[in-house]
Amino acid sequence: MIIAQRKPLEEIKEMVASYEKVLVLGCGTCVAVCFAGGEKEAKLLASELRMARQMEGKSTQIIEHTIQRQCEWEFIDPIKELVASVDAVVSTACGIGVQGMAERFEDKPIFPGVNTTFLGMPVQPGEFVERCQACGDCILDLTGGICPVARCAKSLMNGPCGGSQNGKCEVNPETPCAWQLIYDRLSKLGQLERLLDVMPAKNWSTSRDGGLRKIIREDLKL
Amino acid sequence: MSGDNGKELVVGSKLERLLKAGHFVVTGELGPPQSADRSVIEKKASYLRDVVDAVNITDNQTAVVRMCSMAVAKMLIDLGIEPIMQMTCRDRNRIAIQSDLLGAYALGVRNLLCLTGDHQSFGNHPQAKNVHDLDSITLIQMVRQMRDAKKFQCGEEIKGQEPRFFIGGAANPFADPFEFRPYRLGKKVKAGVEFIQTQLIFNVPKFREFMKRCGDLGLLDKVYILAGVGPIKSLAAARYMATSVPGMDVPQEYIDRMANAVKSIPQEDKKARREAWEREGIKICAEIIQQVREIPGVAGVHIMSIEWESAVPEIVQQAGLLPRPKLDA
Ligand code: SF4
Repeated sequence: MIIAQRKPLEEIKEMVASYEKVLVLGCGTCVAVCFAGGEKEAKLLASELRMARQMEGKSTQIIEHTIQRQCEWEFIDPIKELVASVDAVVSTACGIGVQGMAERFEDKPIFPGVNTTFLGMPVQPGEFVERCQACGDCILDLTGGICPVARCAKSLMNGPCGGSQNGKCEVNPETPCAWQLIYDRLSKLGQLERLLDVMPAKNWSTSRDGGLRKIIREDLKL
Repeated sequence: MSGDNGKELVVGSKLERLLKAGHFVVTGELGPPQSADRSVIEKKASYLRDVVDAVNITDNQTAVVRMCSMAVAKMLIDLGIEPIMQMTCRDRNRIAIQSDLLGAYALGVRNLLCLTGDHQSFGNHPQAKNVHDLDSITLIQMVRQMRDAKKFQCGEEIKGQEPRFFIGGAANPFADPFEFRPYRLGKKVKAGVEFIQTQLIFNVPKFREFMKRCGDLGLLDKVYILAGVGPIKSLAAARYMATSVPGMDVPQEYIDRMANAVKSIPQEDKKARREAWEREGIKICAEIIQQVREIPGVAGVHIMSIEWESAVPEIVQQAGLLPRPKLDA
């Protein structure tokens, strides 16, 4: 899922400082599961904003609402009237949701309430870790189901580099070396010989480097 | 394409000629300044001239901005010293690297060391965006293809002079997983590497074991291994290397020797302590050179004495490696 982190209150307060009536709009999918921008977090942010603005003698017209997803028109469209009734929106959805809102409500300022951080999963309660970089050409079949593009600090195709020690990455002694993980996993699978071949230079044109990515599925078109 | 090292010269650099003639080679390293000051290069070069056979020019090592390795390589050529230009994948994509290779060859550079590069978080611009379009192994592949197949990485033919480099790489025998290190070296050989400079060696027995395993894989006939060595400057440096440098293995024995070196010198006498440490550090380095020299398959040493280039003449002298061989023109 998409993992995000709440922006500091100060930053959000600044963004909406000049607006009277503000909607804090939560998103009920990824950011709810990672406790960054779901219904509960949106409520919390709204009350924090209200209190902070009250102390400064500013308008406390902060309302909150949450929709299931801000990345699909069918969930965005039904709140047209609500959005029309406010001066600005703080969206606690990921960057996709914020942009979905901005695209739908052309004349309404939409501000991000979270930092969209990575594609990952909670590996244990309270610990979220990156897993995928959406490079557009999955190689997990070659690397034992562990992604070096996202999980190696240098996105090496032929690791581990000389900095791998005691299973940790040279960049951060808290982070497992992705290539050590790949080595261990292939070793368990009895497939270490996979690592003997040189993996060729990756084609990054399917990644962000190729420009904005888009998929067209004729079979799904109306 | 294999990394098979015949005795025939493919590039004709001094480094290649000495190695193929069977000389025990000594290479050094020069760290470019964090400024545009040419005189720094001239001064450092003066310590290395006639003492080593070729000199590595680091490429923004530890991700700190420095004068570019290509410019410094050209200055060394002008000073009569053979450069080994280092090239990392951190700051340049395949377009920039190939362009630099064309330029470096045109300027007379003939040896290239292909590296992944230290992560930018170690350096002075941790906010930088890194590249890592290639890694060290795919870089080696590309350089070899440009030379032997006269093709750019994309497969397009190089019309006209192709860049011809004697191709080097690095190996860290002490990084994990230890069992995989010889195989990873084998991948570099497969990719086309011709010589290897290793990470700093202090743990000689472990290095010997690494070399034995490389020999068992049949790699030692295919690639020249230059053992990486370097002087320890102080007790603090020894401790730091032992505990804080990823992939470095400094046995306690050397830390003790550095401690003992200043035992009878009072704390206040900073100068005497520094000199005693430096003497001991140089001595240890020369001893390690003599030990690695005995290991089958070691074709030379690479002395890394960055920011202490002045120690190199003494090290090479004590190791009994002077004078350096001269090549017939
Ligand atoms: S230590 Fe491992 S994860 Fe870190 S950069 Fe090197 S290969 Fe990648």
